[in-house]
Amino acid sequence: MKHEQKHNPPMKYGMAIDLDKCTGCGACMVACMSENNVPFKKDESNKLDSITWIRVYKLTNGKSFPDTEICYLPRPCQHCEGHGGHSPCVSVCPATATDYSQETGIVSQIYTRCFGCRYCMAACPYHARYFNWWDPVWPDGMEKSLSPNVSPRMRGVVEKCSFCFHRYQQAKNKAYLDGERRVPEEAYQTACTQACPAGAIVFGDLNNPTHKVHQIVKPDPHNGNKSKNPRAFRLLERLGTNTKVYYLSSREWVRRAGDNYLEHEKTGQVSKPHH
Amino acid sequence: MKVDRRSFLSFVIGGAAGTALSPLPWKLMDDSSIWSQMWPWTPVPPDGEVVYEDSTCSLCPGGCGITVRKIDNRAVKIEGKPGHPVNDGGICILGLSGLQMLYGPTRIKAPMKRMGERGAGKWQKISWDEALGMLTEKLTAIREREEAHTVAAIAGSDQGTVPALLARFMAAFGSPNFIRTPSYQDTDELAVGTLFGEAGRTGFDLENADYILSFGSGIADGWGSPVRMIKACSLWKEKRVPVVQVDPRLSNSAAKATRWVPITPGTEADLALGIAAVMIAKNLVGSGAVSGLGGIKNTLLTDYAPEKVSLSTGVSVEAIVEIAKDFARANRPLALCGRGKAQSPESLRETAAVYLLNGLTGNVNQEGGMWAIAPADYIQWPEVARDKAASAGLRQPRFDGAGSGQYANARHLLQRLPDGLNGNGPYPIQVLMVADANPCHSLHDAAAFKAALDKIPFIVSFSSFNDETAAMADLLLPDHVYLERYADVPVAAGLPSQTIGLSKPVVSPQFNTRHLGETLINLAQAVGGSVAESFPWKNYETCLQETLADKWDVLMQKGVWVDDDFATAGSSLQMAALDTPAVEIEGDAGTFPLLLMPYDSIRISSGYIGDTPFMIKTVADTVIKGKDGFVEINPQTAGEMGLSEGDLATLTTPRGEAPVRVHLFEGIKPGVIAMAKGLGHTAYDGFLADKGINVNELIGPVEDPSSGLDAAWGIRAKLAKA
Ligand code: SF4
Ligand code: SF4
Ligand code: SF4
Repeated sequence: MKHEQKHNPPMKYGMAIDLDKCTGCGACMVACMSENNVPFKKDESNKLDSITWIRVYKLTNGKSFPDTEICYLPRPCQHCEGHGGHSPCVSVCPATATDYSQETGIVSQIYTRCFGCRYCMAACPYHARYFNWWDPVWPDGMEKSLSPNVSPRMRGVVEKCSFCFHRYQQAKNKAYLDGERRVPEEAYQTACTQACPAGAIVFGDLNNPTHKVHQIVKPDPHNGNKSKNPRAFRLLERLGTNTKVYYLSSREWVRRAGDNYLEHEKTGQVSKPHH
Repeated sequence: MKVDRRSFLSFVIGGAAGTALSPLPWKLMDDSSIWSQMWPWTPVPPDGEVVYEDSTCSLCPGGCGITVRKIDNRAVKIEGKPGHPVNDGGICILGLSGLQMLYGPTRIKAPMKRMGERGAGKWQKISWDEALGMLTEKLTAIREREEAHTVAAIAGSDQGTVPALLARFMAAFGSPNFIRTPSYQDTDELAVGTLFGEAGRTGFDLENADYILSFGSGIADGWGSPVRMIKACSLWKEKRVPVVQVDPRLSNSAAKATRWVPITPGTEADLALGIAAVMIAKNLVGSGAVSGLGGIKNTLLTDYAPEKVSLSTGVSVEAIVEIAKDFARANRPLALCGRGKAQSPESLRETAAVYLLNGLTGNVNQEGGMWAIAPADYIQWPEVARDKAASAGLRQPRFDGAGSGQYANARHLLQRLPDGLNGNGPYPIQVLMVADANPCHSLHDAAAFKAALDKIPFIVSFSSFNDETAAMADLLLPDHVYLERYADVPVAAGLPSQTIGLSKPVVSPQFNTRHLGETLINLAQAVGGSVAESFPWKNYETCLQETLADKWDVLMQKGVWVDDDFATAGSSLQMAALDTPAVEIEGDAGTFPLLLMPYDSIRISSGYIGDTPFMIKTVADTVIKGKDGFVEINPQTAGEMGLSEGDLATLTTPRGEAPVRVHLFEGIKPGVIAMAKGLGHTAYDGFLADKGINVNELIGPVEDPSSGLDAAWGIRAKLAKA
């Protein structure tokens, strides 16, 4: 680009997850666990204390056989912007252990500051945050698979999806070394995006019109960043959490499941379903 | 069912309230200073030089290209290899968690001999020399008595040099008993042989097809090469390719399809033939690809008229006619079969019916169609040398009866082993060797198989993992895992090409294990004579390099070798008759009013490889909860039986009984119940063992009368509130 601005405008990393494509295979969940040193226990069937930064929910349309439909919905941290960076979780943290970055739009979590009060967990409407009830234990030998890029968490702190922030740092360092002003789109991708065999997750800078995610979502800055794509919706959009994870579905019932709609109310932005 | 959706919603809006009301935060505030002083307990992963190494995943038949991120000598992450012809950067949940197998607690770390009772788990570490010595001594003595045929080997596959070395060892030793574990590959080979008249397998040009008709194939549940299939699902969405999924249950594949056709289980062949009949009646048949149609035409038109088929399948006449028309009018329609992950054989009748549909489109061996592919032929070794003992052994019939008499069409019939061992076999088995297979868990009526092993005095396992079959062994000669070794990985799995991947050692062997290829070469040389003569290689690597010949350099460079210009196995289907019988379901409807079907989930590995800790973490709490396994049932059926969500019940089949919990699911046909495959392990480690029920212990083998293959797809069952 020839006519570059002097200062980089802020970035706003976000996602578009195509629920028409997601097969519920779970690869994103495991890619995330493996990338981010997420611990595991012998029994993980109590989902309330099972740590999964991205969790794939199974939604159903509530109809009986044979009109039943199911849809999978992967839920990472939604990296809520709220109004001007007042994410629900950030606003309540007494320790400034979680922060909204104006540079990237990423909601961070600083484990060494967190003292485990769990206000943020109460505040997060998406249950995207997890508490470490135990110190993580890796079976003998398995700690060899731990990555040095993400510090393992200790008992008593809260953790959540970071949009693989360490990958951003690495990509940024590399961009500087390469003399580039911006982190190229392909240089910073999250582990779940990279792994997804369905190509259901698209990640990038929502502020950058050359990024695929921007082109899919077409956020409308004059309308609270609502998407102009008729297939798109956000979870609990009307709460004003101003999330940066957008979902796409051609099915009306799926779009309805993302918010608390009254029975006869139509989902806001939706024209006609595709199929 | 509203349950799932409600829990998601209430989760979303009620989550905050729930957490705030719980007393725990306050208790934790108290403890917070203590918590924050506990940090030194967590490991600090050492930093180092980052390198990426490419290899091929062989955890399933899919053959994906992988890139492993290493920090110095530690492998820390497995990723899909971008640009790879099979998976192009995508990767599945199993492939992603391979490091948990490499470094996990479930590895067998050294050769061991059994100390206590068989199965009691008491082992003593021994040296490789001692271990090989023990086995050599047994084998030599058997050979001297000219009883070489009483040694049998069970292998997970017969593709690639490693299984080929095991098969060769058996032949050189003098035993006809190399037995491959059952899978849809058996049926596919049989169908290609029967219909095309030549040996081979099918391949499907999914990416270029414009209409998909799947008879229960788990296209989004792990069928074929799983990552390729999921990629194809997305491609079909983008290109608006109609996908019709015939399935008694709303599987993930059915959920992704444009149309779900719930069918009475076991009647898939009827539906396929009904669709064929409509195509013929309406003159919608593509030219050329089927011969002998004249002979079966009348049977099709009369016996498989839509009205009749509708009665047996539960699919409406309109649906049958509509699907037949759409299928026939598409340019490149494709029909698939092999239920779920295609890990079990199917009835020849069903497979032939579905392949007939592909034939009727005229798209056999065409772009977007079904291909008949000749077997890979890159392994060209000289004939085995045969001394007197080998010749004597090889004159004996196979222990499982495959290849002769009533079972002339079958190559491997592992499910017949227990009956043979329990007194109905042609001779006793003195030594059993098991490689890359876990029949004590994955075979139908696994318990009977395990019990019959009592009759075999000496069992050797080459498993890398502490699986249920290794637990029954007398001697363990553990293999490296795929990340520690070289191996060729030929990929069939429905690919319309000849593709070979290369597994390379990404890390050095973590334990005192040995490459199975190497072990077999060592063993052959120790047995000596003509057996040693048949294994002239210095070591496995030399063998592999010589075998791959000119492909070696390509494989070392690119990691994969692809031939799109392969030999076909015939070009047209010959339909002789439609009299292949259906496979009946075990159990009588009076005592057992329900139909129990196992189902495959891509999140639950159900073959020789068990689920990793990461994978089992992704399994829903409506599939396993604590130690309990769930059975899926339609709320209507459950209501009739007085069962509600989460109830404990006793599930009984003619083969066994198990305590289960009930999960109500609207997406299953009333009268049918389903359970996930791959659970209920007793071996492996504390992350996998003791969770849920092994559905294979509730289902018995049912032989396809036309081949003898175990084509059981379910069993009759009853549920009673506990
Ligand atoms: S990896 Fe992709 S397809 Fe699989 S569950 Fe995650 S988003 Fe869905
Ligand atoms: S999803 Fe939850 S944790 Fe993530 S930014 Fe929003 S409120 Fe915070
Ligand atoms: S699909 Fe099969 S080969 Fe590919 S990564 Fe998964 S387990 Fe490995």
